[in-house]
Amino acid sequence: MDLKLHVWRQKDASDPGSMVEYQAKDVSPDMSFLEMLDVVNESLVQKGEEPIAFDHDCREGICGACGMMINGVAHGPQRGTTTCQLHMRHFNDGDVVYIEPWRSGAFPVLKDLMVDRGAFDRIIQAGGYISVNTGSAPDANEIPVPKQAADTAFEAAACIGCGACVAQCPNGAAQLFTSAKVSHLGLMPQGQPERWRRVRGMVAQMEEEAFGSCSNHLECEAVCPKEISVDFIARMNRDYIKATFKGDDS
Amino acid sequence: MQWMIEIYRSAMFKKVVMAVTGLMLFGFVIGHVAGNLKIYQGKYVDGIHQGEYKLDVYAEGLRELGAPVLGHGQALWIARIGLLLAVALHIWSAYQLTLVNRRGRPQAYQKVTPQASTYASRTMRWGGVIILFFIVYHILHLTTGSVHQSFEAGQVFHNVVRGFSNPLVSGFYILANLALGLHLYHGIWSLFQSLGLNGQRFNDLRHKIAVAFALIISLTNISFPVAVLTGVVHL
Ligand code: HEM
Ligand code: FES
Repeated sequence: MDLKLHVWRQKDASDPGSMVEYQAKDVSPDMSFLEMLDVVNESLVQKGEEPIAFDHDCREGICGACGMMINGVAHGPQRGTTTCQLHMRHFNDGDVVYIEPWRSGAFPVLKDLMVDRGAFDRIIQAGGYISVNTGSAPDANEIPVPKQAADTAFEAAACIGCGACVAQCPNGAAQLFTSAKVSHLGLMPQGQPERWRRVRGMVAQMEEEAFGSCSNHLECEAVCPKEISVDFIARMNRDYIKATFKGDDS
Repeated sequence: MQWMIEIYRSAMFKKVVMAVTGLMLFGFVIGHVAGNLKIYQGKYVDGIHQGEYKLDVYAEGLRELGAPVLGHGQALWIARIGLLLAVALHIWSAYQLTLVNRRGRPQAYQKVTPQASTYASRTMRWGGVIILFFIVYHILHLTTGSVHQSFEAGQVFHNVVRGFSNPLVSGFYILANLALGLHLYHGIWSLFQSLGLNGQRFNDLRHKIAVAFALIISLTNISFPVAVLTGVVHL
């Protein structure tokens, strides 16, 4: 199939950037979206032009490196799927496809479709960990964990930090990411000692970065490749409100 | 002290203010619509209020709430001050959050395809502005009477029927209540989420509660001008 692409091109962080039109010829339906871009890039290189820069790593949907807005949807039209796992069979011959980078005050565009997601790392540094004195590995099942807590924590821990939630949110808010990270530790016994400090710290850092606030549009949940629920946002709000009434050292 | 300043600055706090004041206003709107149902009950046929409109007696009763502990009109004024504060704080937090949200998406997409947001969720700001204009107009129209053609203090039923017999007035009233219905549909659901009121058993109910209350409030409110225009309710 042949596609007409409108791709955001931007030389570097200071370049204003613009949409540029490309033709993607002889695209196989078995290609992934990134492979389709690889083919376009090969033809650009052959013509002596600069290839389109985009982030990717595992290409199997687990690392969270890839991600772009495809026709106005983070990671494209297939639900629960990262861009690298999106296949061209979901497109038709002659389709026009708009490709843009994640846009958020907190995710400055570095080049073309690549953005700096360092803000997520700083949120994790503000409390997305548990402090333990390392020693020999503890025995498995030494600490009992209620089945439901384990399952829910696991659902939250599925977050790969791709940033689709922020990209799709009309406010560029990071509530789904932050709440998943707050919850997957906060639900486990190991996460209890720092539970209140964690939610306070991570929310404070989230707000310091130029993310928006949550208006409960639910856009994030709809595009999350790991289909993480907005229930975690409510849970984070609840923990944050409770934490407000606790001392600084709890 | 430092922690208080931090809380005041946080967007999460403003969201809580939004939800709590929204809940207060929602509570008021329910009471308001329930009280106004007296429009459909006509006059007392006997007793000390014989021949008076039930709506007029109810309005007078609002001024006597809390008697004899509170004086004439005191409870009403306490409620009015509370509501005014709620509206002011609600608008203040809406404004502050709008600034935060602009900062969150400084550059718009060329193409956006909404996946889950609703017309209601996307129109909270403009819907809110329509509601604000309406609140001001409504007070000038039926509370102070400044913009009413034939206002008679204390004759609430008369004022309502005369007011709504003007199709323009009724039209604006209906429009504003459609906006209120949308605002409340997203708002009621949203406030559960903002205040962290969720749970496996409760989650499905939240949308149903929001739909039910938004429909009850906006349709009942809209029924009043419709009843006057169609002659179901008349002087
Ligand atoms: C006076 C004009 C009003 C304005 C400008 C306004 C504006 C807004 C805005 C912008 C939001 C969403 C904030 C966000 O999450 O980004 C909101 C939420 C809400 N509003 Fe209003 N509103 C107004 C009046 C009202 C009234 C009269 C009621 C109740 C009858 C109400 C009830 C609510 C509720 C329950 C919420 C949900 C709070 C939450 O998101 O947790 N609002 N309002
Ligand atoms: S490249 Fe790793 S998730 Fe797509």
